[in-house]
Amino acid sequence: MDFLGIFTSSISFIIAPTTIAYALATLGLALHFGFGGLLNMGMAGFMALGAYGYAIGILSFGLPWYLAAFVGIAASIVFALILGIPTLRLRGDYLAIVTIAAAEIVRLMLLSSAFGGLTGSADGLSGFNGPGGTVTNPTVGAGGFNDSNPIPPGDYGFVPFLDNERTWYLRIVGIVILAIAIFIVWRLVNSPWGRVIKGIREDEDAVRSLGKNVFAYKMQALIIGGVLGALGGLMLAFSTNVNSSVYVTSLTFFLWTALLLGGAATVFGPLAGSIIFWVLQAFLGLVFPALAEAGLMPFTTIQAAQIKYIIVGFALVLLVVFRPQGLFGNKKELTFVK
Amino acid sequence: MRTMSTMRRLASAVGAFVLAFGVLGLASPAQADVVNPEMPFKISGNVQNKGEPIAGVTINLTGSSGYAATVMTDAEGKFTAGVPEKLADYTVTVDETTLPDGIAVIDNPATEFIEANVQTVTVGPGGRVTMNFFIGQGERHVTSMFDQVVQRLISGLNFGLMLALASVGLSLIYGTTGISNFAHAELVTFGAVATFGLVAVMGEGLLWLAIPIALVLSGVLGWGLDAALWAPLRRRGMGLVQLMIVSIGLSLGIRYTYQFFIGGKTEQLPGSGAERFNLFGSVSLSMIDIVSMGVSVLIIIVFAWWLSTSKIGKATRAISDNPSLAASSGIDVDGVVRIVWIIGSVLAGFSGILWAYFRPGIRWDMGGQILLLIFAATTLGGLGTSYGALIGSLIVGILVEGSSLFIPSDLKYVGALVVLIGILLFRPQGILGRKERVG
Repeated sequence: MDFLGIFTSSISFIIAPTTIAYALATLGLALHFGFGGLLNMGMAGFMALGAYGYAIGILSFGLPWYLAAFVGIAASIVFALILGIPTLRLRGDYLAIVTIAAAEIVRLMLLSSAFGGLTGSADGLSGFNGPGGTVTNPTVGAGGFNDSNPIPPGDYGFVPFLDNERTWYLRIVGIVILAIAIFIVWRLVNSPWGRVIKGIREDEDAVRSLGKNVFAYKMQALIIGGVLGALGGLMLAFSTNVNSSVYVTSLTFFLWTALLLGGAATVFGPLAGSIIFWVLQAFLGLVFPALAEAGLMPFTTIQAAQIKYIIVGFALVLLVVFRPQGLFGNKKELTFVK
Repeated sequence: MRTMSTMRRLASAVGAFVLAFGVLGLASPAQADVVNPEMPFKISGNVQNKGEPIAGVTINLTGSSGYAATVMTDAEGKFTAGVPEKLADYTVTVDETTLPDGIAVIDNPATEFIEANVQTVTVGPGGRVTMNFFIGQGERHVTSMFDQVVQRLISGLNFGLMLALASVGLSLIYGTTGISNFAHAELVTFGAVATFGLVAVMGEGLLWLAIPIALVLSGVLGWGLDAALWAPLRRRGMGLVQLMIVSIGLSLGIRYTYQFFIGGKTEQLPGSGAERFNLFGSVSLSMIDIVSMGVSVLIIIVFAWWLSTSKIGKATRAISDNPSLAASSGIDVDGVVRIVWIIGSVLAGFSGILWAYFRPGIRWDMGGQILLLIFAATTLGGLGTSYGALIGSLIVGILVEGSSLFIPSDLKYVGALVVLIGILLFRPQGILGRKERVG
């Protein structure tokens, strides 16, 4: 069994594009739930809109990639408005059901063959990052995200972070976006705006009695968090094809696990939670099949690859029960108020 | 739903074959019945039913600048028409009255939901185009609207009754404990998976015995979950949001445990491909549909009787109304909640068995596929009201099945989810709920 190989592959997930995507979306959830008390169970929908908005912007409207990225962000803002205007008055668990249903509606629409010309239905979309464009339209996608890479071809870094110029470009773009996002959220939650949002989380009526427009604050939080989710989706779209089977309810639940792992009401918790989540996922996903292959565990390698998901589920239960503030959270800053 | 999707698959298979044949056909257009051969450009095509050419079908062509032509397919099902312009659109219509009885043009998956017997083709720069008509048993164009509506209603009723079994359980649990139990989906799956496992061990002949045992096991699971997890959390006084997230984690954990044991494939329970027989017109049912509806109705009646007359049923309703008042008037809240978990799990397990026949098939995430519909049904009827959950389920079931008459069938769940959101916005207490439930 190649322990060193498993170890280095797992460690490489510390700065993998997927980890950064999760960290961005989880940061959005932290703003929604940890600071604003909004029980958003539809983050996968925001991510899907970010990714698909970007891909469709390039493929169907022929936009340059950086403008297409704004299409994805704009789509998530529109989604937040449509979702928020009617639902932000609802009680916590009602909001959870509405958001989860809305995200499923988004996914089913993207999957449906009714809009197959735009969304590629079950096949999803590909070839929008360039270079080379798509088979049907060779000019599309040229000058895309990949072509904007200034790093000369070649392998850089050291094990476990030894990768080609494309992966490094993805990582650098991701880390820059994430750093800016974390800075903005940090400034926001420590501003007067952030104190109002936290006040709403603790006691909505008290904040209202102080003359604050609770609805407007909640809506702002929903939009900012939703944009962060869309940025997460964009990050996924930069790195690979988009497919509606990625943006399922389970994705939202995994984001919640990462969030509660790091600490819902913290700024760096989402990043820490996402890194721990992905490094552990990668490690467990490799170590169990390896053990099974070596005959040290009594099941097949396919079964062994499933164990990590079972662990995620039960870990989420244990986290909520025994450490609801997360690994890095402050117990005084209650995360589950109602 | 079942026949529909099989038809679709059949149609696309036929379509793919016809398409391949059509390209070959282009190479030898000489045998086709030809009109306007003097014109410079050509539209040619094939009309076939499962590879059998259909002769004597009338095809009407119209185009811009007043072009119109009528052509009839030859013995090989082919036709060719000369057209005056290239880079122009033409409308090609199959006269369905000239098709043999009982078959019709069925939808090409790529151009779904336009009238399939009318197609628009563009004669490209090459000056010629080949087109194909997908012919099959006339599911859409021959079946009368009335028959379709009746078929959908029956199907929807069947689906709704199945949903009802799951949602009354969810509603009872919500009413007595306040938990929005996302793991209810896994209780649904459990009934089907347990039946499948027992049948695998005991043999297909003992299905009648496997189902009751699976239901008992469902009850044991419900009891176990309450004893090991929910009761201790209740005692800790954990908040509702926390409980909801615990149920999400539990749902993920159990769901992937099923996948661990049965893998990612779909398995069938014995008798799931039962023969369908005609009621009238083109409305057909299988024996399983009838049994499943009958048993659902029976169980729901027994359940309603239990809830409204028995001592524990009354205690359950008292706890739903006001837990502290119920406790202070001497009701053993923990004991009743334990029973509610057991009953809810048994009902969910039974609904899972019916769902395995309705889909058809058993999959590790089959419960998750209808979880939001169950939530929609419960919310529509009024969270925490059992009779409301029943009414809500029937509405959702008929809505889901009926909506596929009007919208693409891969969007049929969307209708129910839109209703779910709509009801939370305009009447969050649901049809039968009372206003004070909404905090």
